[in-house]
Amino acid sequence: MIPASFEYYRPKDMADVLTILEEHGDDARVMAGGHSLIPMMKLRMADVPHLIDLQDVGGMSAIDITSDSIRIGALVTQADIIDNAELARVAPILKEAALQIADPQVRYMGTVGGNVANGDPGNDMPGLMQCLNAVFTVVGADGERDIPARDFYEAAYMTAREDEEVLTHVTVPKPMGGYAYEKQKRKIGDYATAAAAVQIIKNGGTCASVSIAMTNLSDTPIYSEAAGAALVGTTVDDAALGAAVAAMLGDIDPSEDNRGPVAFKNHVAGVILRRAIERAWSRA
Amino acid sequence: MSNKQHYKITVNGKQEEFLAEPRELLIYTLRERLNITGPHIGCETSHCGACTVTIDGKSVKACTMFVAQADGKDVTTIEGIGGPDDLHPLQNAFKEHHGLQCGYCTPGMITRATKLLEENPNPTEEEIRFGMAGNICRCTGYQNIVKSIQAAAAEMSAAKEAAE
Amino acid sequence: MKDEVTREERVDNLKGMGCSRKRVEDARFTQGKGNYVDDVKLDGMLFGDFVRSPYAHARIKNIDTAAALEVPGVLAVLTAADLEPLGLHWMPTLAGDKQMVLADGKVLFQGQEVAFVVAEDRYAAADGIELVEVEYEELEVIVDPFKSLESDVVLREDTVDENGKATDGAHGPRKHPNHIFTWNAGDKEPTEEVIANAEIVAEESMYYHRTHPCPLETCGCVASMDKVNGKLTLWGTFQAPHAIRTIVSLISGLEEHNIRVISPDIGGGFGNKVGAYPGYVCSVVASIVTGKPVKWIEDRMDNLMTTAFARDYWMKGKISATPEGKITGLHCHVTADHGGFDACADPTKFPAGFMNICTGSYDIPTAYLEVDGVYTNKAPGGVSYRCSFRVTEAVYFIERMIEVLAIKLDMDAAELRRINFIKKEQFPYTAALGWEYDSGDYHTAWDKALKAVDYDGLRAEQAQRVEDFKAGKTRKLMGIGLSFFTEIVGAGPVKNCDILGLGMFDSCEIRIHPTGSAIARLGTISQGQGHATTFAQILASEIGLPADSITIEEGDTDTAPYGLGTYGSRSTPVAGAATAMAGRKIRAKAQMIAAYLLEVHDDDVEFDVDRFVVKGAPEKFKTMKEIAFAAYNQAIPGIEPGLEAVSYYDPPNMTYPFGAYVCVMDVDVDTGVVDIRRFYALDDCGTRINPMIIEGQVHGGLTEALAVALGQEIAYDDMGNCKTGTLMDFFLPTAWEVPNYETDFTVTPSPHHPIGAKGVGESPHVGGVPCFSNAVQDAFRPFGNTHTNMPHDHWRIWKTANDLGLHG
Repeated sequence: MIPASFEYYRPKDMADVLTILEEHGDDARVMAGGHSLIPMMKLRMADVPHLIDLQDVGGMSAIDITSDSIRIGALVTQADIIDNAELARVAPILKEAALQIADPQVRYMGTVGGNVANGDPGNDMPGLMQCLNAVFTVVGADGERDIPARDFYEAAYMTAREDEEVLTHVTVPKPMGGYAYEKQKRKIGDYATAAAAVQIIKNGGTCASVSIAMTNLSDTPIYSEAAGAALVGTTVDDAALGAAVAAMLGDIDPSEDNRGPVAFKNHVAGVILRRAIERAWSRA
Repeated sequence: MSNKQHYKITVNGKQEEFLAEPRELLIYTLRERLNITGPHIGCETSHCGACTVTIDGKSVKACTMFVAQADGKDVTTIEGIGGPDDLHPLQNAFKEHHGLQCGYCTPGMITRATKLLEENPNPTEEEIRFGMAGNICRCTGYQNIVKSIQAAAAEMSAAKEAAE
Repeated sequence: MKDEVTREERVDNLKGMGCSRKRVEDARFTQGKGNYVDDVKLDGMLFGDFVRSPYAHARIKNIDTAAALEVPGVLAVLTAADLEPLGLHWMPTLAGDKQMVLADGKVLFQGQEVAFVVAEDRYAAADGIELVEVEYEELEVIVDPFKSLESDVVLREDTVDENGKATDGAHGPRKHPNHIFTWNAGDKEPTEEVIANAEIVAEESMYYHRTHPCPLETCGCVASMDKVNGKLTLWGTFQAPHAIRTIVSLISGLEEHNIRVISPDIGGGFGNKVGAYPGYVCSVVASIVTGKPVKWIEDRMDNLMTTAFARDYWMKGKISATPEGKITGLHCHVTADHGGFDACADPTKFPAGFMNICTGSYDIPTAYLEVDGVYTNKAPGGVSYRCSFRVTEAVYFIERMIEVLAIKLDMDAAELRRINFIKKEQFPYTAALGWEYDSGDYHTAWDKALKAVDYDGLRAEQAQRVEDFKAGKTRKLMGIGLSFFTEIVGAGPVKNCDILGLGMFDSCEIRIHPTGSAIARLGTISQGQGHATTFAQILASEIGLPADSITIEEGDTDTAPYGLGTYGSRSTPVAGAATAMAGRKIRAKAQMIAAYLLEVHDDDVEFDVDRFVVKGAPEKFKTMKEIAFAAYNQAIPGIEPGLEAVSYYDPPNMTYPFGAYVCVMDVDVDTGVVDIRRFYALDDCGTRINPMIIEGQVHGGLTEALAVALGQEIAYDDMGNCKTGTLMDFFLPTAWEVPNYETDFTVTPSPHHPIGAKGVGESPHVGGVPCFSNAVQDAFRPFGNTHTNMPHDHWRIWKTANDLGLHG
């Protein structure tokens, strides 16, 4: 329950953050809400000799909605997402997903940046951001660069962000059409047994475009292009749904854990995806 | 090799200043350094919610915050919510409706409920259960906790209307 | 003086038995002013915590404490070698076995205590623990009790002699070095014969999985040895403080009068806090050695992985019946997995607790039970988690066997129960396995329950749902879970119930103050059950002083009369009886004082609510308040001053609360998710002291039942690694997962209890688990399910559906 000792920094701007990261390399880590990192430190499963608290660094706490995109600061919390009425109007899937993350207390502290940056396959936002074709902005000593969410995740806890870079913003193109974030879990507060994020556009009764991503069914989130392709041009009837599920199953690779064996997870993944598509389609 | 720093935190309206290691968890700062033993510890993985306090208007699990992060913040615990001369309607309601048995989850439960009712002064039962899902109880089965919160909400709404 | 208050108002003012008196405990708990063990702070207090084994079975080659001792603030690191000269490296368990306090040469379960680091604060202790270097040699791990009984691997070196032959255990000879005991009840040959010759026999094997009571407050203590006065004070999470005092005396050599054990407020017990843990012993030793108070508070992982688990019973049942459904015999064999040490908290003559209540609510002429206890590389135990000793296992067994029999007979399970219930006229009823049930009216309760839920309507709805499912119109099955349980609580009569030789009586000591208020102390200890509120109600009714004027105290062994504590729903049956009896002694003396004051003969006054009245002259009375003052003020010939009494109550029998539960559940066969649509619970706990508190106990017990039935487990992999050691995976439902419960009742008083009360705290858990489980199983019955093991979490329900071919 008691973490090891560390040096604590609370810098006021990003330049200071980067300096500390440069100095200490992978002995230093940034922390936003701390609700992923602190439990690990308490169990002494994460060793962090130098802890950089980002809470006073400006410019990362806003949700900026323009005509075609939404720019979310890394320090925006799940509670901020849920409470933002304009955001709920323009990108309702974000609120729907955020409400299914953790519990009320954790949502007050847990940040979007924290949820997308560390590569934990159980987190909900990575798959969601892949569905939305979001772009992550990371900043390092050499300046800023943008990494698409669909290219960001390499393996469990391994992402395209370098150790000395900090994720500062998530930019989401304004989503169109019907939406759904469907998540099965053992109880409130649990990671997904299986979750699916779907955005789907209907045109004259058929699917014009669709975006599907799955969560906690692999060591990274899975953006399933094949599942989407199986729906485009169809009326999203039972056959199309079946094809989408079959395609998705080809893309995921779940492991057995306390939530259940692989066969179960595959089955549930299919059910969850089907429900997500149906719900999104009904809103399209 | 202790690296104690100087921290200032307002707790239940009182400014506290002290030296502590940054790694000191806020729950220990409250319970051991400041003798505020209302919030409790029930787990070490941030699940149970027995340590819930209110910080700068947010419900927070005090076991998942370092004292260093809390520097400069305003913390309210159950002790700051109401006492023998000025009980909060929730404290009354929990007694009236048997919303507690062993009492261990109760400080966190009531602290979270005060915030829930600020977020949503007239919650439905479903909204109460959802809004309290970060606080585990082993004794009551939650039914009378829900009843207590509903009763307090009704009383607070009525008082607000009467005042207007 | 003419009385303005009506008799009814006088009764109400007492807030005695039967009213929903609000709790006196709530003031401090709702204001954050409870006093739990971790709130205890003493000058100079040190902290102790454990180095624990990562391995489930290993020899300890070396322990190097040098680096740990270098950590600033670390004062000492104790190992078994330090405890051995004191004879404390092992301690006796409540089951007649012994348990290592600190690893003595080897470890037997993951998380076992290896060394105790004592430091000036928690942080230094935690840092010290990281630096203790232990060299382990891994040994073969056994997690399967059946394999354990056939293995060459000897887990406990103290179970074999120098020739490798198994020695005798506490309950008789061992069959194998890893065998602990065999215990049986009933008539073996007659039962086997009846079953062999029966027309209808249903057989089933079932596993009641390992789980854990997991109270929200973990275990802990503060040990403070006062070297000046030679007195040890020990605060702790103790459900049986006096027993702990006696045990500490026996193992430490300190006399009991020099030991004060205090159970302050306890944040839930549920059986987890009955026994003694290494943390208590190490804290006491550390305090004696350092001369300072030492606090130990375990983490949640420590609690789940190493303190007393519950259940882990492999049960094989055979039930025989006539073709009309009348049960003729019952056979039960249990393989009981006790982990590394048999630390079961049971009365000494009952190493399998009261498993022999497993004939349940049914009139079964012959039965036989045999239980084999076995060692494995898992945490030691087990305790009775919110039940009387092993009663959850017994009731689950019979409530499943009756369902299995119903399937065999192709009969409705509610009807099968009804035709086999013990009839009201048969009470007191001696069951085939030995217990004499005190009272019951099962048919009335069952009829009331089934009517309340419109049972026939539910079955009709279910039948339609089966059709709809087969027609592809829905993927949700409907289950109707039934449970009619009889519990056996209130341990117990001293002649057959003792814990480590201490008879299981209980006690109440009352002292009335001159101005008419009172203090009563009991040998029990509340962990949330509301004793301070309810026992005052018993007294208020018995002695006619308002409950609001009666303080109830428990938990301090210096002042409380000796008792065996609170677990197994024993407080109301035993201490509640002692309270009533002590109250009657008070009343008997009060009667004499009243007669003296009224200048009549003792027999010419009678008790009426809150006063003694002259028979036939109701305007002549003395209130209890007046009598109280008189006890301190009058010189009455032949009567000592003061007004106090004590009762040590040895119950003549256990009590037998019962209940009828019905659960309606919708089961999604594709996702394994269940929706509990309705839960109706009728409880009969005899006389009802406080309906509000009874309702709260039912809600709580049912919720713990939901948790156990639908996912809460302590699971191990083949290497003995605990897979469910945190609240991430150990299922504790939140408010979102729990339904609303409908509670109802009947009242069948216990004929032998002074106020007819039976106890209720654990009934909902005992009856609830099979009800939830039966609901799931019933949903799949039309498709061929006879029995599926718990827990019924999502994947296991999915698997049930999959195995039955429901996934097309």
